[in-house]
Amino acid sequence: MSETITFTIDGVEVKGQAGQTIMQAADTAGIYIPRLCFLEGSIPHGSCRVCTVMVNGRPQAACVQPIAEGIVVENETDEIRQMRKDLVEMLFVEGNHYCMFCDKSGNCELQAMAYRFGILQPKYPYLFPVREVDASHPHIYIDKNRCILCGRCVQASMDIDGKHVFDFVGRGPEKKIKVNAVARLADTKLDLTDKACDVCPVGAILKKGVGYAVPVGKRLYDKNPIGSDIEAQKK
Amino acid sequence: MSKNLEGTIRKICEECGNDRTRMMDIVRAVQAKFGGVSSEATDLIASLTKVHRVEVESVVSFYAFLSEKPKGNVVIRLCNDVVDKMHGVDEIAKIFSEELGIGFGETSADGYFTLEWAPCIGLCDQAPAALFNDVMVTNLTVEKAKDVMQKIKGNPDPTKLPAAYGLGDGNNANPLVQSMVTNCIKKTGEVLLCDVPADAGLKKALEKTPEEVIAEVETSKVRGRGGAGFPTGLKWKFTRGSAGKEKYVLCNADEGEPGTFKDRVLLTERAGLLFEGMTIAGYAVGAENGILYLRGEYAYLRAYLEDVLQKRRTAGLLGNNILGKNFNFDIRIQMGAGAYICGEESSLISSCEGLRGDPKNRPPFPPQQGYLKKPTTVNNVETFCSVSRILDQGGAWYAGIGSQGSSGTKLLSISGDCKAPGVYEYPFGVKISTILQDVGAENTQAVLVAGPSGQIIASDSFERTICYDDLATGGAIVIYNQDRDLLKIAHEYMEFFVEESCGYCTPCRVGNVLVMKALEKIMAGKGEPSDLEYLEKLGDTIKKTSRCGLGQTSPNPVLTTLKNFRALYESLVKPAEDGLQPDFDIKAAVSQAEALAGRSSVIY
Repeated sequence: MSETITFTIDGVEVKGQAGQTIMQAADTAGIYIPRLCFLEGSIPHGSCRVCTVMVNGRPQAACVQPIAEGIVVENETDEIRQMRKDLVEMLFVEGNHYCMFCDKSGNCELQAMAYRFGILQPKYPYLFPVREVDASHPHIYIDKNRCILCGRCVQASMDIDGKHVFDFVGRGPEKKIKVNAVARLADTKLDLTDKACDVCPVGAILKKGVGYAVPVGKRLYDKNPIGSDIEAQKK
Repeated sequence: MSKNLEGTIRKICEECGNDRTRMMDIVRAVQAKFGGVSSEATDLIASLTKVHRVEVESVVSFYAFLSEKPKGNVVIRLCNDVVDKMHGVDEIAKIFSEELGIGFGETSADGYFTLEWAPCIGLCDQAPAALFNDVMVTNLTVEKAKDVMQKIKGNPDPTKLPAAYGLGDGNNANPLVQSMVTNCIKKTGEVLLCDVPADAGLKKALEKTPEEVIAEVETSKVRGRGGAGFPTGLKWKFTRGSAGKEKYVLCNADEGEPGTFKDRVLLTERAGLLFEGMTIAGYAVGAENGILYLRGEYAYLRAYLEDVLQKRRTAGLLGNNILGKNFNFDIRIQMGAGAYICGEESSLISSCEGLRGDPKNRPPFPPQQGYLKKPTTVNNVETFCSVSRILDQGGAWYAGIGSQGSSGTKLLSISGDCKAPGVYEYPFGVKISTILQDVGAENTQAVLVAGPSGQIIASDSFERTICYDDLATGGAIVIYNQDRDLLKIAHEYMEFFVEESCGYCTPCRVGNVLVMKALEKIMAGKGEPSDLEYLEKLGDTIKKTSRCGLGQTSPNPVLTTLKNFRALYESLVKPAEDGLQPDFDIKAAVSQAEALAGRSSVIY
């Protein structure tokens, strides 16, 4: 049996197992720490930074930071909530997110996160980047306008599908997802059954032919905010 | 695919053992041979090293010196750092552009020349400066720029340039260096830039146990000279204490902080001392392999450094049974390829592993799991040099130099508005005012301490001191006189950070662009008083949520000028009289509709 570690999140005592991250221990305790890039079962990417918490007064990403005896974690403070809102707003203005006609609306984690935080309109100016859409594949398409560079497709394709269909190219604001072919998704080994097709938190990688199969109103986050499944675990 | 391309790439990959962790060497070699890493080359490299082609593209697209599109035979990279701009680089740029008939980012039709901008190339003391392939061209004046253009157009071989303008001092004139760079050593101290006995520290170190060596380093209280200031002895202790037989010693010679050039001088004049320090580190932590990560801009020093390494092998100072002891250690040089982020230790490790220079998630920290997931100590050039001296003269001797909490001396790279730019060795605790006097700075408005990731301070801070507890610095000091526009300078540094961000995490990738845009709005006279608070909050979020040191410091040029020169900002912002957003131009917004309707708006 592994060692039990006791610490607090917002003053509430939490017990976790040695080797767990703050996010893992919080999930088990029914405390939701917002996150966007995190993909269950993969090595945490740590790129969106939405899961930033204060650990003994220092900012850390909860998805990568291991728990330690007696640490004081802050999750729901005004300061942290504001930083998370800022990050989500940054992701909105960085791409072109038109929720009203996006297939993913209602199932989109970015949109759901904005609703959870009460974001109505970003305070930052939209950057309106010009990005490409790749609809070459018979069953799947990529709309990079909506990509938030979370890396989930990269990881799922590599770790779960064993294919490496996606990777990042470029750097800084020019960083983007690229497929493992000269240019087109159709020229990769991506299959409809690949995990990489299911993990996109936004509407950047979507399956063809199933758009709007689930009507608005019956979608994942239509009634309950993102994270409520974790919060329901709270004893 | 041409036989030449295929044969050459096969040979390059084979020389690197078809090893994917040597990807940097492979793509650098292909770039050098063919001017770019083409799609065909990418496929072949991928198949030979057993990776996916997108992984090769991922690496090539990350580094400024690498490209898919072929570049010219001579790639001219003109440094557009703030200091170069202060010294008239814009005029030089015009001459280069006119003479070559191409703009920046373009390649001439004959394929001979490519003209590019480069961020700080480590020559702020000899600015404006440019790289012609690997050749440094310094102190460019209008006349010299025109002359250089005539010469290079007459004979497109940059290696002929240094002799034409005179070689620099010291090892810059070494046959293996042959550079016009000068050392610009303006003040020597008692640790690094004095006469140092060769390998005295290594000899004494090998008489001790590794634990005793670490204890000596701990006694000296030396802290990391790259800027972060982590206690070196402690880092070594962690690395030694980590499980596993295979460990590594990495030297960070990727000094890229704008305004820094002190490692250039150490690499040129104290290479032996550096390798000695790395060898001592290898002995102390239990490593048999070291890597010197040399920034791509300093490729002109590579042949010389390889020669120093070879001579050390011959002398029994590297290799097996060093100095007759049961201790093996060797060093290889890993070239960078134009990425500031690789000066961040975990990015440097990624780059050494043949990957994009993305920082890694921590923990684990490098002493636990670093290069190839093995315990690794990464230290700065200056730190290793200092360690050699500490082992020779003793930790107590070193701890007696400098100030409380900051032992030893610090090399400062000083440039900007002063009479004597160059490298100065000061004991820690020196005041800014003393420095300003020594370098002949007059009419000083502001001083950049620790480069743009540090702070821009005003005259009320000139009595403060250089040390870890007050003004900490990796070594970059840039002086601005009263005529300089600090907002413009802050903007240029933000452009630098935007360009150099790896793009991995949200706040750094997006936030810095937003800081830059807000600053542009203010500079254009369209800012409101609330924009200052907006900038402060935005900067705060970027600093607190970024994944590595780049984003954790990148808003500093704006945040520290906002703090120390607030009046400059306040004079530019004003409340909007009509209650509308000042940066929103209604006339421009309706102009397209007006054109479509064929009539003017009656309201606006």
